[in-house]
Amino acid sequence: MTRPVASSKRSTRLVRIIGVVAVVSLAATVWLGLWVTPPDKTQGQLVRLVYIHPPIAWVALYLAFGTAALGSVLWLWPRTRSRFWDRLAASAMEVGVVFTALTLVTGAIWGRPTWGVWWAWDARLTSTALLLVLQLGYLALRRVPGDADARARRCAVGAVIAGVDVPIVHFSVDWWKTLHQGATVLNPDLTPTIHGIMAWTLLLGFVALTLVFVWMLMVRYRIQVLSEVLEGAELEMALHERWAEGAPPDGHGATDAGPVAVVDEETPAQVGSRARGEQPAELVP
Amino acid sequence: MASAVFLRAAVALTGRFPALAGIDLIAAPGEILVLEGPNGAGKTSVLRACAGLLSITGGEAMVLGHDLRRHPSSVRRHVGMLGHAAALYDELSVVENVRFAVRASGAGVDGIDGALDRLGLAGRLRRTAVGRLSAGQRRRVALAVLVARRPALWLLDEPHAALDAEARALLGDVVTEAVSGGATVLLASHEPQASLPLADRVVSLAGGRVVGERSLSRAPAVMTPAVMTPAVVAPGVVAPGVVVPGVVAPGVVVPGVVADTKPAIPPFVVGDVHVA
Amino acid sequence: MWRDALLVAGKDLRIEMRSRVVLNQVAPFAIVVLALFAFALGPDRAPMVQGAAGLFWVAVLFAAVLATQRSFALEANDGTRDGLRLSGLDPAGIFLGKAAAVAVQLIVLEVLLTGGVVLLYGAHVRSYGSVVAACAAGTAGLAAVGTLYGALAAGVRVRETLLPFLLLPVVAPVLLAGTRAWQAALGTGPGGDTADPWLSLLLVFAAVYLALGVVIFGSLQESG
Repeated sequence: MTRPVASSKRSTRLVRIIGVVAVVSLAATVWLGLWVTPPDKTQGQLVRLVYIHPPIAWVALYLAFGTAALGSVLWLWPRTRSRFWDRLAASAMEVGVVFTALTLVTGAIWGRPTWGVWWAWDARLTSTALLLVLQLGYLALRRVPGDADARARRCAVGAVIAGVDVPIVHFSVDWWKTLHQGATVLNPDLTPTIHGIMAWTLLLGFVALTLVFVWMLMVRYRIQVLSEVLEGAELEMALHERWAEGAPPDGHGATDAGPVAVVDEETPAQVGSRARGEQPAELVP
Repeated sequence: MASAVFLRAAVALTGRFPALAGIDLIAAPGEILVLEGPNGAGKTSVLRACAGLLSITGGEAMVLGHDLRRHPSSVRRHVGMLGHAAALYDELSVVENVRFAVRASGAGVDGIDGALDRLGLAGRLRRTAVGRLSAGQRRRVALAVLVARRPALWLLDEPHAALDAEARALLGDVVTEAVSGGATVLLASHEPQASLPLADRVVSLAGGRVVGERSLSRAPAVMTPAVMTPAVVAPGVVAPGVVVPGVVAPGVVVPGVVADTKPAIPPFVVGDVHVA
Repeated sequence: MWRDALLVAGKDLRIEMRSRVVLNQVAPFAIVVLALFAFALGPDRAPMVQGAAGLFWVAVLFAAVLATQRSFALEANDGTRDGLRLSGLDPAGIFLGKAAAVAVQLIVLEVLLTGGVVLLYGAHVRSYGSVVAACAAGTAGLAAVGTLYGALAAGVRVRETLLPFLLLPVVAPVLLAGTRAWQAALGTGPGGDTADPWLSLLLVFAAVYLALGVVIFGSLQESG
């Protein structure tokens, strides 16, 4: 059993179930948020954004970035190093970029009627914008061509550097706004008072968006594994060609598994799979 | 005795390309091994893998007792490599470069002056910036670093390229001295005339695998295209460093370097000439 | 580790003294940046003085990117990169040594830029203590992160464009805090602002990234 398993019935079904539940809960949140819950006294209809903006922000920063950072640290730690963490980190970061961008968009939409501008250098928005750039940097690193191991290493270190920066950015931007004397009646507190059905809807919002994130993460992870299977097949072809280089010119070795001085009778497939690493890929879960 | 280098079915990848596709190689301590093969066969990759620079992803690899698969970096201090590109800083002088390399590896700095003298880099050349030297001189500086560091495993990648006759002789001497001091030498070469006289064994590579091996009894003499001088010496009397065609017969002991590779003069077979 | 760091720092600085790249190219570039800002902000002195603190730090950041790139260009050819890995030097020592060399070069540039800001913009420094402290701490942080990213991008071919994109967002807090600290020192900031919280932020940043570099640099050099 040497090839990574692309999918198993059980994991596929699980992913599908999570997807369905995610869509359903998201639909429920939207319904509750748009129709059932009452508008706020001060903010009117605008308050409905509270059911999705904070959850999206939470997913983007803590769930996505946190998972990516955790995965990177676990990959770097020799004892827990495994392809799983690298794949997980990359998938989490990629999905996280989407959520971070959405945080900025929903934040801007919320702020526009209140502040009159699309972008005010609000502490939270600013640090979220920096977070987005950091995540894009990670993705850029990921695109750099190279062997999987070197790439995993680079990205893991990049994620740790960025991860350590996140709290620092948070504090500095916060102080930037608040330590500024005479600041700022410009940005009234956007958080409304929440009670009753609003609280439940907010909770549902958190759950729904978390599920959406998990589902997207799992799907992205599977795509990663599939692309690695493809790389493995390419490696086997490359090994075959390489062995053919070594065959003697009179064609004697051309039909064998390899050139003359072979110790083990291993096929290129076995050599290739050993080269890729011992364990076959595991799909989530 | 434990082998200095032990590779079994070793696979190494550069990107997605299998540079080594299952190599079996054993080198005993004190042995000089020559790797030969066409371009792209994997000679440089074997050397880099033994230095811990190329990670082994399959098979077994032990160098000087260090497991290359688990701790590739632990072997680096004990290994000296002479690669295609010299690991020298152009802006620094010869002695500064050697001093940096030696101090970095933790070896004593007392060997530096001796090494520089040995390789003909004393005097004005000591203080010249490496960027101003010719390719051959840079090779000598890189070699001086090896001599000064005295590593247990020498990895030489096409060392004869860019070296003139005198330097090639010097290389041979230096390698022989290192081996008699207990070091092991792996030498990748395209020039059998230059490298075979040094070798204990020759390993042929192709397509990232070993395709053949043969042993040679080591010839202490180094083959160089010798300088022809008129035969001022009488037959039977041989002066060191001089080729006297037709005078020396197989089995005759000749002090110094003798052999000649020009087809007009009958060459001496390796093994028939012994240094006194 | 410290011995190795001194060895590497000495080597880098000696090369800089011989080749004078930072002095002859990066320093003039930084001055040109100051001049460009002056053109952008108009001939009146007022906006320039107002923005002097921030402009100083932006110029420092650009210079830091260049200095970091130069630091790793020293080992650009394959021979020296392999040589450094094969040298037997402690990776943490290599990190500290390279960061120290970059820091020294940046400090020299900052002295030059301070002079530039005072002369060209007419800024008036009230408290040199804050200025020196902010520059020292900020430079340490910049050098640490720069060296980390420089090593990360070292083997990569698109290094020149990747490095600024990676480096500048991460050091944004240095820009923020450094500007605020300078504003307190120049008296151009909002009234009542002290430099202290910003100085401590800069120190934390530097400490965090120096520690991270020491721990992680070895892992970066591992790749085959």
